[in-house]
Amino acid sequence: MAAKMTDNGASADARGADIARIARQFIEAIPFSQALGMRLEEIGDGVAVISMPYDAALVGDPRTGVIHGGAVSALMDTCGGAAVMCHPEALAATATIDLRIDYMRPARAGERITARATCYHVTRSVAFVRAEAWDEDETRPVAAATGAFTVQRETPQGGRP
Amino acid sequence: MTRRPPEPVHLIRHRRDRALSALVEGVPYIGFMGIGFDRRGDELTAVLTYDDKLIGNPMLPAIHGGVTASFLEVSAIMELSFQMLWDEIESGRLDVEALTPETLPRLPKTIDFTVDYLRSGLPRDAYARARVNRSGRRYASVHVEAWQDNRQRLFAQATGHFLMPVRDGTAE
Repeated sequence: MAAKMTDNGASADARGADIARIARQFIEAIPFSQALGMRLEEIGDGVAVISMPYDAALVGDPRTGVIHGGAVSALMDTCGGAAVMCHPEALAATATIDLRIDYMRPARAGERITARATCYHVTRSVAFVRAEAWDEDETRPVAAATGAFTVQRETPQGGRP
Repeated sequence: MTRRPPEPVHLIRHRRDRALSALVEGVPYIGFMGIGFDRRGDELTAVLTYDDKLIGNPMLPAIHGGVTASFLEVSAIMELSFQMLWDEIESGRLDVEALTPETLPRLPKTIDFTVDYLRSGLPRDAYARARVNRSGRRYASVHVEAWQDNRQRLFAQATGHFLMPVRDGTAE
């Protein structure tokens, strides 16, 4: 994955597609994301969209059938990591440094939840992410998140700089 | 002067355990995650039993950040709920025998939750303890710490704010 940045548009597009393909393979192989039934909808250029079906096993409030905040956190975290992994300046692996989630309203029982994360800035060692999640009402988000993720760059020695 | 004899210990223990298990069993996601609780008096320790499905990075391997976040949030809400109900459990005002998921008191709702990932979660059991730093009539602030092998080496911590349910007797 050590392809050089280039100003040749076609080659940059090819590299972007390559990054997205690798990120997709990695995200789709995550056991916990699979356990929650997550589906990668879109990925590329620092933006990821991942959805999660409603499942009675994930309910946090038995009276209302609302999904537990923890499951929404897991969706946000996965989506944030995916956004970092497909950013043109980031490389393969990442880990969450911190993640803050605001729960704006309960997700409606029975509806799929979709998160969209954007990796809006990358430094040599840190990637900054913003994310939002919706149920089937796309006009009012159910949750918003901000997070910082590690950027693990390969050095010639194979270690981290 | 006559004094009431102390209540038999097994009754006290039963009431506390029954209330705790009703709270835990009422939430499907806690079962899905495989989280249990150890109780010593009013002190709770959440226990996350390792399972392969909890992995987030198969290469390391490490447990998923979302698992850690969920574990911390579940621990925080349970601590807050147990504390909220403690006086009613102790006095017997809460009828623990009649508690079902449908009749469970309303639980606190998360307003926001911030997780600080200190080191990667290893593929083994994890433990967490929460501390209610402030619990008012409407809002509460809770801090929670999680570790695996050494209590002193936390792998994650979190702070969350919660909206307290309006309860009988405390209603506005």
